Amino acid sequence: MSKITDAREAVMVGRRSDGTLVRRPLSPHLQAYDMMQMTSALSITHRITGTVWSIGLVFLVWWLCAAAAGESAFNAVQWVLGSFLGVIGLMGLTAAAWYHTLAGIRHLYWDSGRGYDLPTTYLTGRAVLIGTAALTALTWLIMLITWI
Amino acid sequence: MATFTLPKNSTIGEGKTYRAPAGAKNVKSFKIYRWDPDAGANPRTDTYEIDLDQCGPMVLDALIKIKNEVDTTLTFRRSCREGICGSCAMNIDGLNHLACLKPIEEVKGDVRISPLPHMPVVKDLVPDLSQIYAQLRSIEPWLKSETPPPPDGERLQSKEERAKLDGLWECILCFCCSTACPSYWWNGDRYLGPAVLLQAYRWISDSRDEATGERLDALEDPFKLYRCHTIMNCTRTCPKGLNPAQAIGEIKKLMVERQG
Repeated sequence: MSKITDAREAVMVGRRSDGTLVRRPLSPHLQAYDMMQMTSALSITHRITGTVWSIGLVFLVWWLCAAAAGESAFNAVQWVLGSFLGVIGLMGLTAAAWYHTLAGIRHLYWDSGRGYDLPTTYLTGRAVLIGTAALTALTWLIMLITWI
Repeated sequence: MATFTLPKNSTIGEGKTYRAPAGAKNVKSFKIYRWDPDAGANPRTDTYEIDLDQCGPMVLDALIKIKNEVDTTLTFRRSCREGICGSCAMNIDGLNHLACLKPIEEVKGDVRISPLPHMPVVKDLVPDLSQIYAQLRSIEPWLKSETPPPPDGERLQSKEERAKLDGLWECILCFCCSTACPSYWWNGDRYLGPAVLLQAYRWISDSRDEATGERLDALEDPFKLYRCHTIMNCTRTCPKGLNPAQAIGEIKKLMVERQG
């Protein structure tokens, strides 16, 4: 007998008309629900960008380690991160970092008990998206000017 | 635990199609989730073509028309048909609604209808709500007071105290919000969900109730309350225009405030 780990297992058992037991199906969730609506779409993006940023930081730590290790190691990392794919990846990382930061501030605003009504929720949501685009562009503008 | 796919017995197959009567001009297709415990088969989606010129304006009107005229085996809950009983809550076109308050014309293309999401199905569009009712019972949704009521009348409230209950007492317990919440899908065995937490806040904010401390103690739990991640699907979908997310936010705030 398998162990029950979820209390909801009990209600998954129903009866047929003749009284015999039958396992009930689970109604569709992700399969039926509109997950592209702004509320849940921005929420899952917050989680994804948080994960991406954490993984991305490993690369930045690699960069620091290489700088400490010596010139040839540092040059190797510079070559990888300075390549076309490397720069695209760093741009994505910047966007993820900005999104996660701005959405985090939005969460703080909610936690202070404000901004729960739908119009404000949509407004702050759009502000996070526009802010992410603007700040990512600004970051790279400054970066490219100082670099080149 | 979060399982993103449906169990083997729950995957949905293609079902029958019931064509509109010949000569119908204003036809709309209703794709409806069907499951019969006696059939010994997986759920399926049946398609019903309905002549909207011969049908009432709401999704519930179409369901009743189908049951009366096309397929009497179609099973769903309904009672008041005016958004006050909460029986006909279901997933319509990707969001949870009361079928009686959802105009058919608001749906573009085919009308997809399935039971409230991530729930055990009793039959067709009827979900089993025993778990969520047990959770509602657990927050003790009634007035708790040590002080006896005045001998000559009711427990009185000021207008301001009464106003605090606005936006909370209107909840009809249709559970559109709880079943719209991904957190409730994945952790509904321990997370109470938006509908039940809104009820908890309704009693916490009642000036006549004297058990606020106990009520907050009972909610101080990593799962019961704090699985709310402010996704806001609950507020987005509430057919009564209430704000469960805000009620949960207020409870979280009270938790912090009482720590001094």
